[in-house]
Amino acid sequence: MPKETLSPAECRDMMLAVADAIIAAEPVLTDADRALGDGDHGIGMSRGMNAVKDKLAGQEFESVEKVFTTMGMAMMSSMGGASGAVFGTLFRAGGKALTGAESFGSRELAAFFTAASEGVQTRGGAKVGDKTMVDSLAPAAEKAVAVAESGLPEAIAAVADAAESGKEASKDMIATMGRAKTLGEKTLGHPDAGAVSVTIILSAMRDYIVAA
Amino acid sequence: MSHKKLINDPLKVADELVEGLVEAYNGDCVLVGQRSLALSNIPDGKVALLVGGGSGHEPIYHGLVGRNLADGAACGDIFAAPPPDIVLEATQAVNRGKGVLYLYGNYAGDVMNFDMGAELAGDDDIEVRTVLIWDDVCSAPPTQKNNRRGIAGLVPIVKLAGAASQSAGSLDELEATTRKAVLQTRSVGVSMSPGSIPATGKPTFDIDESMIGLGMGIHGEPGVAEIPMTTADDLTPRMLDLIFEDFEKDDEVEALAAGDEIVFFVNSLGSTTMMECLIALRKAREILDAKGLKTYDVIVGPLVTCQEMAGISFSVTRLDDELKRLWELPCQSVCFTKMEGRYGG
Repeated sequence: MPKETLSPAECRDMMLAVADAIIAAEPVLTDADRALGDGDHGIGMSRGMNAVKDKLAGQEFESVEKVFTTMGMAMMSSMGGASGAVFGTLFRAGGKALTGAESFGSRELAAFFTAASEGVQTRGGAKVGDKTMVDSLAPAAEKAVAVAESGLPEAIAAVADAAESGKEASKDMIATMGRAKTLGEKTLGHPDAGAVSVTIILSAMRDYIVAA
Repeated sequence: MSHKKLINDPLKVADELVEGLVEAYNGDCVLVGQRSLALSNIPDGKVALLVGGGSGHEPIYHGLVGRNLADGAACGDIFAAPPPDIVLEATQAVNRGKGVLYLYGNYAGDVMNFDMGAELAGDDDIEVRTVLIWDDVCSAPPTQKNNRRGIAGLVPIVKLAGAASQSAGSLDELEATTRKAVLQTRSVGVSMSPGSIPATGKPTFDIDESMIGLGMGIHGEPGVAEIPMTTADDLTPRMLDLIFEDFEKDDEVEALAAGDEIVFFVNSLGSTTMMECLIALRKAREILDAKGLKTYDVIVGPLVTCQEMAGISFSVTRLDDELKRLWELPCQSVCFTKMEGRYGG
């Protein structure tokens, strides 16, 4: 049965499923990044998610906040690079917005992605349209706020769709940030690899919540 | 074709190379925290110089920790910036109470992680300043230096900053001298074939067999043009012209003029041989001499690499009296060692 709220233990299990989904997608992410960068995004994300599994699996968490901030620290420390900084910030900033929350529902989903999107934009300096992960993260955050009063399965499905649309839209953008920016118009037609990662994370969250 | 790499676990490459580097230092350097290097005898009260960046470009950056060079290095994973906790560990290890200057290449990942490291160091009451290296003139116009990449020019820049840090009375003083060294250093690189990512064996970029990437970055970031493969004597003046033009167009520096004294560095990106570097150097000296530039010292060799990437870069650093005095100081490290004074001096 789909769930309306998740306990800290369920959040942990959801993020373990996210970790497995990213690890399985490593070749996809590597190819996406090779088109625009130096092709190390898949390895970095996979390494980060293996570190997440080490820190989450079999652990008890007192709060949902702690699940996400632990995940963010594990990614930041194990990955390094731009990806480690921005994905680590995504989960740390998102998690910190859940201080005091006893469970994870639609409102927490909205609070999480609003803070995550702001945190990533502040850290990396990217905004919508720069062909970065922000192009899937920012629309996901906006949608999460719009559906904060819906049931969690419905909300996460809408948020995952928004991220997917944002990733698709990034194909029509010219990169202006990071290593890809020097490719200019050659980046047209390819989605940003970080945006692809965001969609995989959200799809795995949706699949867990809908099946939970 | 994937390259035959003599490694162990592909995911432990960075850790294992740093362990080996410590052995190469034979006691001069120690391993700090997860993956940083620090000189073993940094004097109390010294203004510290910390460098760093992704691994896989050996012998830089970690090979520039040394006597009269950097005090420490924060080492990232292969082609990835060091995470903030590693930057913090390195900062704590080199700090002697007078503050720490961060000096590294201008890449988004490095800037984010070093900035987070600086924030953590601030919580420890360690004063940190940052100077970014952006010598690659092909990566953005001179009016957009914040968009420029740092490439091989880092070697003379770290050499000069390391020398300055020995006598700098304050972090302000070291920062000012280092900024001058950065401002006077300009580079152009070319690439003929890619390096590979050790963990996957995949090339870092694609380029046609018959082409050269003019101005390409050390990770294969595109430069100003792809040109047909050519000879050393044809390519060398085209590369130097881009450096001369940049000094001319940039309002922040004077154009290079007859009588200016420079350090000239021919770097191999990895698989380009010393033979090829020397052939390019021969032509470059002819052009520099004809322009009336005084080549005060020369560096040549594979110091800023990207695995088996084929390509070379030229870097020009213009010396004033202060920088010349700093250049003359001897230095020693795994990456770069020189005697007092200069070659032929």
